[in-house]
Amino acid sequence: MSTGASDEMVGPVHILDARRLLCPMPVIRLQQLVATLTPGELVDMVCSDPGALHDVPAWCRVHGHVVLETAEVAGEITIRVRVDGTA
Amino acid sequence: MLAAKLMLDQGIEVEGLNFFTGFCVEGHTHAIRDRDRARPRRNNALWVAERLGIKLHIVDVVDAYKQVVLNPRHGYGKHLNPCLDCKSFMVGRAYEWLCEHEFDFIVTGEVVGQRPKSQRRATLPVVARESGAGDRLLRPLCAHHLEPTLPEREGWVDRDRLLAFHGRSRKPQIALAEELGLDEYAQPAGGCCFLTNEHYAAKLRDLWAHRGQRDYELDDIMLLKVGRHIRPRPGFKLVVGREDGENRFLQGYRRQFTSLQVSDGRGPLALVDGVVTDDDLTLAARVVARFGPWREAPRVPIEVAVPGQPARVLEVEPLAADGIPGEWYV
Ligand code: SF4
Repeated sequence: MSTGASDEMVGPVHILDARRLLCPMPVIRLQQLVATLTPGELVDMVCSDPGALHDVPAWCRVHGHVVLETAEVAGEITIRVRVDGTA
Repeated sequence: MLAAKLMLDQGIEVEGLNFFTGFCVEGHTHAIRDRDRARPRRNNALWVAERLGIKLHIVDVVDAYKQVVLNPRHGYGKHLNPCLDCKSFMVGRAYEWLCEHEFDFIVTGEVVGQRPKSQRRATLPVVARESGAGDRLLRPLCAHHLEPTLPEREGWVDRDRLLAFHGRSRKPQIALAEELGLDEYAQPAGGCCFLTNEHYAAKLRDLWAHRGQRDYELDDIMLLKVGRHIRPRPGFKLVVGREDGENRFLQGYRRQFTSLQVSDGRGPLALVDGVVTDDDLTLAARVVARFGPWREAPRVPIEVAVPGQPARVLEVEPLAADGIPGEWYV
């Protein structure tokens, strides 16, 4: 599934492996990583808890970051986030 | 939620803090169980923050929280819930956060008399004192029953617009939520964590008793949320998935624990906790066969996987319905 958001601004891509972590740990890990990044940088998350599909976009919305894309293949969820706001 | 909304309505900048202790009921709990699929699959704290339009910081306190659970200065509530120590701990962490991020005061949704132990008139000052927050801790929902705090005295907050809720009834909160347009009111009526749950507390006590020490890791307390826990003897426990969601969750632990499942992959997945003999594994296989779809078959092939070793198959007779004594259930 694509969120249809634009990803014109492309900065460095950081990989965040949050597999086997249950919510809210994927969000906590993302929050910790984003705190070290600057606007425009990207995070590619991989998660196994389907709750991440709800929690990560919600966390991004309240902090002003952008979810560029989400996908779910064989129980593995990938989420691409562009850092825009603050952690 | 209501306390934050009252502050926002006074034009005060608010950010939310949500502490993850490992014992929280929502979120992953709903993710695990198929039977909870109908519930909204959301993190309530994030949902509230979004409704209010505020930032929310989720803080991992799993390690630091251990001392609260293991050695509560004020003891436990009905089960293993150390509510008074827990509140002091969380407000204390909020106070540290406030100092680091240059905020001025802390707001909680506590109400005098709402909870029998941790929200009595006598205990609210304990939280303020032991957390270190002192009179930078404001409870807007019941402020009129308490002495004015620093934000009220300094005029940062208009005390006249704070409230005088008290007692166990949640009706005033629900009415206020409606008045404020917060139609879906996300406030738990019971405890906010598994430590208030009788069955969970029994499993945690059992874990401590059989480990010979009061301690835990995050994986331990997560596993206690899932499955049937069956202890045939000291030092040997089985965690048996009750449905597909739990089985999927338990799959994630197969690299750490010996696991058993019917060879065709149908029925429950079980993890073995403890140091076990071949006889124990045979018994475990018979238990797994009992809870699987082939319980009436004379023999059932059960795959046993020990981490780091090739899986092997045990052909066993499923235990009879009365083959698992009641006292084995933790
Ligand atoms: S029920 Fe709430 S206050 Fe009590 S121990 Fe659990 S999280 Fe803390």
